[in-house]
Amino acid sequence: MQHTSTQDTLVGLFVAAGIVGLLFLALQVSNLSTFIEEDTYTVTARFENSGGLKIKSPVSAAGVKIGQVSAISFDPTTYESVVEMHINTKYNTIPDDTSASIFTAGLLGEQYVNLVPGGSEEYLKNGSTIEITQSAIILEKVIGQFLFKSAEEKAETKK
Amino acid sequence: MIQLLQNLGRTTRAGFTKLGRGTFFLLHALGGLGSILPRPRLILNQLYAVGVLSFLIITISGLFVGMVLGLQGYYILSDFGAEETLGLMVAASLVRELGPVVTALLFAGRAGSALTAEIGLMKATEQLSGMEMMAVDPIKRIISPRFLAGLLSMPLLAALFSMVGILGGHMVGVGMLGVDEGSYWSQMQAGIDFQDDIVNGVIKSIVFGFVTTWIALFEGYDTIPTSEGVSRATTRTVVNSAFSILGLDFILTALMFGD
Amino acid sequence: MDNSVSSPNSLVSVHNLSFSRGNKKIFDNISLEFERGKITAIMGPSGTGKTTLLKLIGGQLFPDQGSVAVDGQNVHRLRRSELYNLRKRMGMLFQSGALLTDMSVFDNVAFPLREHTHLPESMIRTLVLMKLQAVGLRGARDLMPNELSGGMARRIALARAIALDPMMIMYDEPFTGQDPISMGALVHLIKSLNNILGLTSIIVSHDVHETAAIADYIYVLSDGKIIGQGTPKEIQQSESEWVQQFMTGAADGPVHFHYPATDYVDDLLLSKKRSRRVSKRYGQL
Repeated sequence: MQHTSTQDTLVGLFVAAGIVGLLFLALQVSNLSTFIEEDTYTVTARFENSGGLKIKSPVSAAGVKIGQVSAISFDPTTYESVVEMHINTKYNTIPDDTSASIFTAGLLGEQYVNLVPGGSEEYLKNGSTIEITQSAIILEKVIGQFLFKSAEEKAETKK
Repeated sequence: MIQLLQNLGRTTRAGFTKLGRGTFFLLHALGGLGSILPRPRLILNQLYAVGVLSFLIITISGLFVGMVLGLQGYYILSDFGAEETLGLMVAASLVRELGPVVTALLFAGRAGSALTAEIGLMKATEQLSGMEMMAVDPIKRIISPRFLAGLLSMPLLAALFSMVGILGGHMVGVGMLGVDEGSYWSQMQAGIDFQDDIVNGVIKSIVFGFVTTWIALFEGYDTIPTSEGVSRATTRTVVNSAFSILGLDFILTALMFGD
Repeated sequence: MDNSVSSPNSLVSVHNLSFSRGNKKIFDNISLEFERGKITAIMGPSGTGKTTLLKLIGGQLFPDQGSVAVDGQNVHRLRRSELYNLRKRMGMLFQSGALLTDMSVFDNVAFPLREHTHLPESMIRTLVLMKLQAVGLRGARDLMPNELSGGMARRIALARAIALDPMMIMYDEPFTGQDPISMGALVHLIKSLNNILGLTSIIVSHDVHETAAIADYIYVLSDGKIIGQGTPKEIQQSESEWVQQFMTGAADGPVHFHYPATDYVDDLLLSKKRSRRVSKRYGQL
């Protein structure tokens, strides 16, 4: 059996390098460092239209990610979108009259839930519901409104 | 015309027979894994032959691929004013696709064909037969350690490829083309999900490692024991591995990255 | 069918063995006995499947009919573990030596010891050196197989074959392609090992002179049948034409010199096309 200690060292180095590669990918490249197995509590919000919101879409307050969307479902009785979110337990001082809106990051970016805190002394806990919500902006509606408005203005100036 | 159909039928049937033989071979080799675990020396030798010796070609290729991604990616993204997302683009391409696939193809070409040639030569010089007559199971002794080594090496090599590629993209994008250092990494970290991207990429490379090593070892074991037979077997290893890798890549991508 | 009627002195008995490869019948109902402690040779023209016979005895191939018994056990009825145990007591010397190319000579000879025993390395070292000494190559122990000449490789393979002190050794064409000196060394080794270690030896060869010099009993095979058997003296005095042609190496005899073909003069005079068509038909005889 051909074996030298040089070979063994090289194999050890190779395996170590491979593991370094994997760790690099896990930590430096991916979002692993944030939100793995951290404690979260669940909060629900209902939207008339949740637009392009997806599971794992971020939940932010003041521009900082404090949680992510865990489930989206359709309520067949109220015809609303029910969005369930996991919020990091570090942030447990969010007033229960906070409003939730769905914004778009950048012009064509992904959508996220933005929380604007209210003034209540009571805080959101596990199972709370956010009452005040604003739906996502649907691009088609905006364009439709714009066209309608400019048509109106044209008609006005003609008079 | 009839001749053509007859040949087609015969080839197809031969193909299925070969697949059957290959499956028994695989099961036998997997069964042998238990008996070689208490003999780490055998596995280490093969890890050296298969992993360490592929290290150089994988890292150099990874570097160049990453650099090209950085370059091409920059030109494409700058049309949309989105150069800052270069890091995300390079990382996503590498981790999800190029890392596992290109590594597997290079592995098949370098380590795979070497394995086929080695085993084929052992068959041609009656070493496998000799071992059988000495009451040593050649599959357990020769094939199983190589199989394990291939299986372990692949994900490590693919991770190395991706890592070096990302650094190469950084070198070109940030170092030469002026992409913001912070954006390169932050966009990447925001966009690459550990479970969806990294883990799936690793799973892909394990699957490719399994299939490529199996093909390489079986072609060698099954070869006609002449020098011509062995050289044809090494060609078959590379070709069949390439087909399998690319085909499996499609299936895995559809399964993993669909919604 | 298990015809276990064999002489009590036989270590290996082959009964009514038939074996075909594809359409070609390699062995047709042959029976051979290999006596304990003796050197038995199997001779015949190339391609008669002599190596195949060794593989059948060793259990690597399965006969279509008939049986092979080694030390009282029916080889092909054994379970895998039992067969492996039997093989540990059988040594085999392949034509090319079949040394493992990625190990040194020492490791090659130590291979069976390391695989099958739990002996400490110090004991293994002693045994390996003893075996190498027996074949005269103790000084070559650190060489690699690709540094050995053909004759040396065969002797190392022999040392490896006796590593576990087997009860029998099978030699596959040991004398083929050897220069006279290596040949002489090998002949001497086979004979002395057989006697000193009390082995039973089976030699497959077509080297008439060397084999006849050391064999105690010879079987001559051709076309799947035994065409002659006996002591070397009996064989040389055999009345069979086939045996005589083989032993004397006559160019023409029962095994024809000419491959079947059409009449010579006709062939020369006919046009190329016609003669090819005719000889093609003729060739299908």
